Amino acid sequence: MAQRARSALRLWPRLASLWSVLRALTGDDAYERYRAHHAARHAGQPLMSRGEFCADAERRKWSGVNRCC
Amino acid sequence: MGVMRRVSAAVLALGGGIAMGGIALQRHEPINALWIITAAVCIYLLGYRFYAAWIATRVLLVDPSRATPAERLNNGRDFLPTHRAIVFGHHFAAIAGPGPLVGPTLAAQFGYLPGTLWILIGAVLGGCVQDMTILLLSTRRDGRSLGQMARDEFGPLGGFAALIGTLLILIVLSAVLGLVIVNAMKHSPWATSTVAATIPVAILVGLYLRLWRPGRVLEGSIIGVSLVLLAVVAGGWIDHQPQLRNAFDYAALPLAAAIVIYAWVAAILPVWLLLAPRDYLSTFLKLGTVALLAVAIVLTHPQLKMPAVTRFIDGSGPLFGGALFPFVFITVACGAISGFHALVSSGTTPKLISNEADVRLVGYGSMALESFVAIMAMIAATLLDPGVYFAINSGAGVVGATPEAAAHTISGWGFPVTAQQMQALAQAMGEHTLFARTGGAPSLAVGMASIFGSSFGRSLAALWYHFAIMFEVVFILTTLDAGTRVGRFMLQDLLGQLWAPLGRTSWYPSVLFASTLLVAAWGYFLYVGVIDPNGGVNILWPLFGIANQMLAAIALSVASGILIKSGRARYALVTLAPLAWLALVTTSAAWQKVVSPDPHIGFLAAAGDLAAKLAAGALSAERTAVAPQLIFNQRLDAALTVLFTAILWLVILDMTRVCVRRLRGLPLRSSSEAPYRQSHLPGAALAEQ
Repeated sequence: MAQRARSALRLWPRLASLWSVLRALTGDDAYERYRAHHAARHAGQPLMSRGEFCADAERRKWSGVNRCC
Repeated sequence: MGVMRRVSAAVLALGGGIAMGGIALQRHEPINALWIITAAVCIYLLGYRFYAAWIATRVLLVDPSRATPAERLNNGRDFLPTHRAIVFGHHFAAIAGPGPLVGPTLAAQFGYLPGTLWILIGAVLGGCVQDMTILLLSTRRDGRSLGQMARDEFGPLGGFAALIGTLLILIVLSAVLGLVIVNAMKHSPWATSTVAATIPVAILVGLYLRLWRPGRVLEGSIIGVSLVLLAVVAGGWIDHQPQLRNAFDYAALPLAAAIVIYAWVAAILPVWLLLAPRDYLSTFLKLGTVALLAVAIVLTHPQLKMPAVTRFIDGSGPLFGGALFPFVFITVACGAISGFHALVSSGTTPKLISNEADVRLVGYGSMALESFVAIMAMIAATLLDPGVYFAINSGAGVVGATPEAAAHTISGWGFPVTAQQMQALAQAMGEHTLFARTGGAPSLAVGMASIFGSSFGRSLAALWYHFAIMFEVVFILTTLDAGTRVGRFMLQDLLGQLWAPLGRTSWYPSVLFASTLLVAAWGYFLYVGVIDPNGGVNILWPLFGIANQMLAAIALSVASGILIKSGRARYALVTLAPLAWLALVTTSAAWQKVVSPDPHIGFLAAAGDLAAKLAAGALSAERTAVAPQLIFNQRLDAALTVLFTAILWLVILDMTRVCVRRLRGLPLRSSSEAPYRQSHLPGAALAEQ
């Protein structure tokens, strides 16, 4: 029983890290990363809201070649 | 090198050798796909382990202690140091397009061996090297684009050539991809209704990500993918409702018109509404399906029924005319080397690289994986009965318009197939007919359905077939939308030099004008492809192949020129050798497409042949009606081919001029490389070489 609990405990951090990789791969965590960067480097300057940031990210993503044949 | 690394390298070399030996020794009997998979994986890993590592350290002088633009210019948005596994994922998703699925499928007309060998050799020595080199050069130049790098290092000609070349490729590419999906959807209510359903699904996801849950990409994608999968099942239901069925049953021409109108609307709508959400859906489907296909091929390890080499290496092939050399190289295109990748490698990706050492995994590794996708497409095409493969992929004008005539012609080539067999197959796939579905998508879908069917349930073949079609079409529509948009920007860039307001990308009249011009350009080629009784793909795909290999040659010229300019001439063979090969291949292919007296190969010969038949009244009423347009189109294609070749040689000559000046010690433009700065990111000095 105790052993099962331990293996469940080991499984949980793995699932959590898988989830964070998935979020990073899809860009799901882009806004959190931007906020962290902003807090570290540009504290005190205006921060974009989530909606503003996503609109800006989309505009940048689709103004160059980012899909191939 | 440690003991473990030596042992694993020996295992790879031995495994690759045995697998290649297995392929070589089983020439006249069916061969198992596992041999090819094993050989491919070993070759990629050996190339990555040795050749890529050598190029990184000796040729490109990768310096893990040097700060990358992501670190120096970090703005938390586009310049952002990112873990290399994540950059790999982003980069692979960006470069993976429908080309490696379509090209190998068409190249299979020569047999499984020629295409497979070129996919492996071309990628390891050419495509992967190009992607990695351009990625590093751009990383050293703050993520500048290929065109900008060419301008900075050599002068305006290279940049202009890259711009015009890319624009023309986009036009030909969009037309041929449009044609591929038209041929997959014509008179197929199941496929058409499923694809139609993806549009409202994408818009729903777009609204979700914009209005309700901004930026929650995972949630939006999961909802969207579930709905799209539901649409595949619903398509099967619609197919069995006589009334609804008719609403989605269209001939090729109206479908082509619908695609052109759709792409025009998609190009002028805000990206968040259709393009961006469709891209999320297609990326998820793409990565999921590719992974599923790899698992299923290993599980089923099918036998390849196509011979190693077919009689069509002499140039008489039904899918497209032209002999093994140079046309297998032109046809495989993106699975071995893709010039387009150089645009991504010098765009978004270099701004994410946190350490220069990562370019090996991101640049070389992603292309190796892309090439592996091409190998899987080759397997899916060649595991079909060759008779079935040719029946699906040959135009009615080549093999005959009725099932019996087509089956008779193909059986006469030594690839037995019957009309009944094709009827039974079509029925199993939930289709009315599979004859003359040129373009590669339907035969790939039949191959995938048979692989998935034997792994995960044979009774579901029709569902798997339409899943595969939906996957390919969604994929292609994304490329079409994105290509039209990028092409619109490029066209506006060009037009802006004539009249400045036309260059403003946010001025609506200019947006409308440039989008219309671009869509009309590829819409024209699509239209001619649809009315062409030989299937159209036989003309457009070689044109696309030549254009794409030309862009690769431009990228390799820029890379070679920069290497020589910066005093690394003795290592420049790494990019000069693939450049020389591509110059030879594209030039000889272009030469044949223009001057060959065989109407099956030469554009001008085909135009002359058709004109003579038209004048003699030897054509049916139906063909007489379209002949003048086909004749004009063949001549236009010849002119385009000449233009591609001229652009290529101008760039090569310009690069040669710069190199000669360098060797003579004459003054040159200074290097545009950003000055060295020490990286302060954790692990920079320890980063793996």
